[in-house]
Amino acid sequence: MSDDHHDHKPTGLGRWLFSTNHKDIGTMYLWFSFIMLFIGGGMAMIIRAELYQPGMQLVDPDFFNQMTTLHGLIMVFGVIMPAFVGFANWLVPMMIGAPDMALPRMNNMSFWILPFAFGTLLSTLFMEGSAPNFGWTFYAPLSTTYGPASTDYFIFGVHLMGISSIMGSINVIVTILNMRAPGMTLMKMPIFVWTWLITAFLLIAVMPVLAGVVTMMLTDRNFGTSFFEAAGGGDPVMFQHVFWFFGHPEVYIMILPSFGIISQIIPTFARKKLFGYSSMVYATASIAILSFIVWAHHMYTVGMPLAGELFFMLATMLIAVPTGVKVFNWTATMWKGSLTFETPMLFSVAFIILFTIGGFSGLMMSITPVDFQYHDTYFIVAHFHYVLVTGALFAIFAGAYYWLPKWTGNMYDETLGKVHFWISLVSVNVLFFPMHFLGLAGMPRRIPDYALQFTDFNQMASIGAFVFGGIQLLFLYIVIKCIRGGEKATDQVWEGAEGLEFEQLPSPAPFHSFTQAPEVK
Amino acid sequence: MTDQNQQKNENSKVVKKLLLATVFMFGFGYALVPLYNIFCDITGLNGKTSDQAAVVKAADIDNNRWVTVEFIGNLNDNMPWKFRPAISKMKVRPGEPSRINYVAKNVSSSSITGNAVPSVSPGQAAKYFTKTECFCFTQQELKSGEEKEMPVVFIVDKNLPKRINTVTLSYTFFNSPVAKKEKSSVSMAKK
Ligand code: HEM
Ligand SMILES: [Cu+2]
Repeated sequence: MSDDHHDHKPTGLGRWLFSTNHKDIGTMYLWFSFIMLFIGGGMAMIIRAELYQPGMQLVDPDFFNQMTTLHGLIMVFGVIMPAFVGFANWLVPMMIGAPDMALPRMNNMSFWILPFAFGTLLSTLFMEGSAPNFGWTFYAPLSTTYGPASTDYFIFGVHLMGISSIMGSINVIVTILNMRAPGMTLMKMPIFVWTWLITAFLLIAVMPVLAGVVTMMLTDRNFGTSFFEAAGGGDPVMFQHVFWFFGHPEVYIMILPSFGIISQIIPTFARKKLFGYSSMVYATASIAILSFIVWAHHMYTVGMPLAGELFFMLATMLIAVPTGVKVFNWTATMWKGSLTFETPMLFSVAFIILFTIGGFSGLMMSITPVDFQYHDTYFIVAHFHYVLVTGALFAIFAGAYYWLPKWTGNMYDETLGKVHFWISLVSVNVLFFPMHFLGLAGMPRRIPDYALQFTDFNQMASIGAFVFGGIQLLFLYIVIKCIRGGEKATDQVWEGAEGLEFEQLPSPAPFHSFTQAPEVK
Repeated sequence: MTDQNQQKNENSKVVKKLLLATVFMFGFGYALVPLYNIFCDITGLNGKTSDQAAVVKAADIDNNRWVTVEFIGNLNDNMPWKFRPAISKMKVRPGEPSRINYVAKNVSSSSITGNAVPSVSPGQAAKYFTKTECFCFTQQELKSGEEKEMPVVFIVDKNLPKRINTVTLSYTFFNSPVAKKEKSSVSMAKK
């Protein structure tokens, strides 16, 4: 970060270790997430290399299972969530005209817990026996009675992540509720702030439930309780209920902030106001509320009664309505706008289309009778990678390109950005689209070997994976290059950009911003 | 300065509320356990039958109908017993109490305590299947080599839906968790 401003800031390692500055902490969250992206991505490369051909090639099945488990856990808790917290740290105070987050010291702590949490999780790879190998959903009794010894470390790691997320969310909520500049009413807040406010409430509602479920696992494993153990009167199916009561809201925790990012970017490059601001707010809130009553759509095949299957099917379909409202609003914002397609816009448009594909496969799976066919096949894998990679991750890319000039004061290399976009776009579809066909043809998920007829599509997917994985190194290069220098960004950065951070702050944003509350029209 | 203090006060008010919400939701996660069990008990979903002896009113027998009841005995992993029903099926009149025996034998070299977990299939029948006496209500201990006959007395409710004419009662004997813990620590030590 270039520093030609007069505000004093601490230097050296201490600056980062003891930082209470929302921008520094935001930067650390983003780098942490970036490093995790490469660790989790490396695991994905191992998975796809093994699946390049039928038969056992490179790794043994147990290690394969450890890779799928850790890949899932790292991508969910170590990449997507911390990246969004990083964005929140950087942007929420600047967007609402606050000098910093409300609880700066807690902010520091909630970040520094993360390296310990993931250090613990990754250390299981080097333990005797094996690392967790029961899938990111850690169903009992696989993870209780049959879990490897390292499971207890996994549980400790999850506890730490939970504490970190809860502290982060408390901070976001207090900041948004108490620190807005005079005149910044709730219904004037940028949509990104709104989506984070709602996400933070979701986190506070479900992270404790996750903490509860791993605590039950811990006592089942070590202290003789039988929450999930049939022998003692417990019930393994109950594990799934409690887990998905957390799990489904969790998937919205990973997508709502990206809705916010996309809602900031589309109007800028369409040079129009966001279509339907208040319907966006209400749609986000209804998605969040509905997300609490659909959890059992992950469990259609456990043997629920007909009434239950029907209820969860209809509730799940209902979620598509507010989601559709959002897609409609983004499209309407672009309608007759004077569009330009810089890299952030390209990623945003791709987000809208590809996320919608993921939504459609979700709708297919929401239909109970057909989900009996799709469940636990590659179709599920295709679905959640469309919503999480071309959804959440693409939104993170879009947001990074969009705000990097504001953060660093330099424009990123537009040509390289476009190369990154186009190669990612093509390879990600080569990677995930064939998985739909594999799933429909009956290839189960989480297996290291498969029947011969699945070979062609698997090879396509693996090739796509290697290209997609490789091209992210270009993104790393682009980010570093932008931090180091480049064409100076204007204060507004983008011709059509609006919002306090673009209209009232210079580029790069100074270390301390809005020490005097700005005037909000 | 007072401004800042006021801000701090307001912040800590919100923080307190949010912490309370966090604790509440942690508790709620645990509350889901009894809620889930109550829900299953009331609705009979999940094939769960009651774990308490039923009190039955004066016999009210449906003499126009036969229901076939099949019996299954299973053992969980790590359960060195033999376990089977004395007969594999019988015909009963709805409303009439019937008695059958299961036979268990401990073929290991040490004394073992087991837990039998019952399950009724189809799941919809669970609500209409009551037991007045069952070895599954308590834990069973068998000495090494001991064999034991264990009775079940059950009644099929006469309101059992007409389309169900076969009900399967299955028991799985588990090594009681306490006993198993010792075993698993032994196998851990071997690793
Ligand atoms: C219209 C919206 C959506 C619908 C109707 C929907 C529906 C479903 C259904 C029915 C399943 C379970 C399928 C099965 O296991 O048989 C599922 C799985 C999944 N969904 Fe979605 N979904 C939607 C959006 C999303 C979003 C936005 C995300 C995340 C950002 C997401 C992430 C996931 C994940 C991670 C799984 C797999 C979990 C696992 O078993 O590992 N979904 N979805
Ligand atoms: Cu879900």
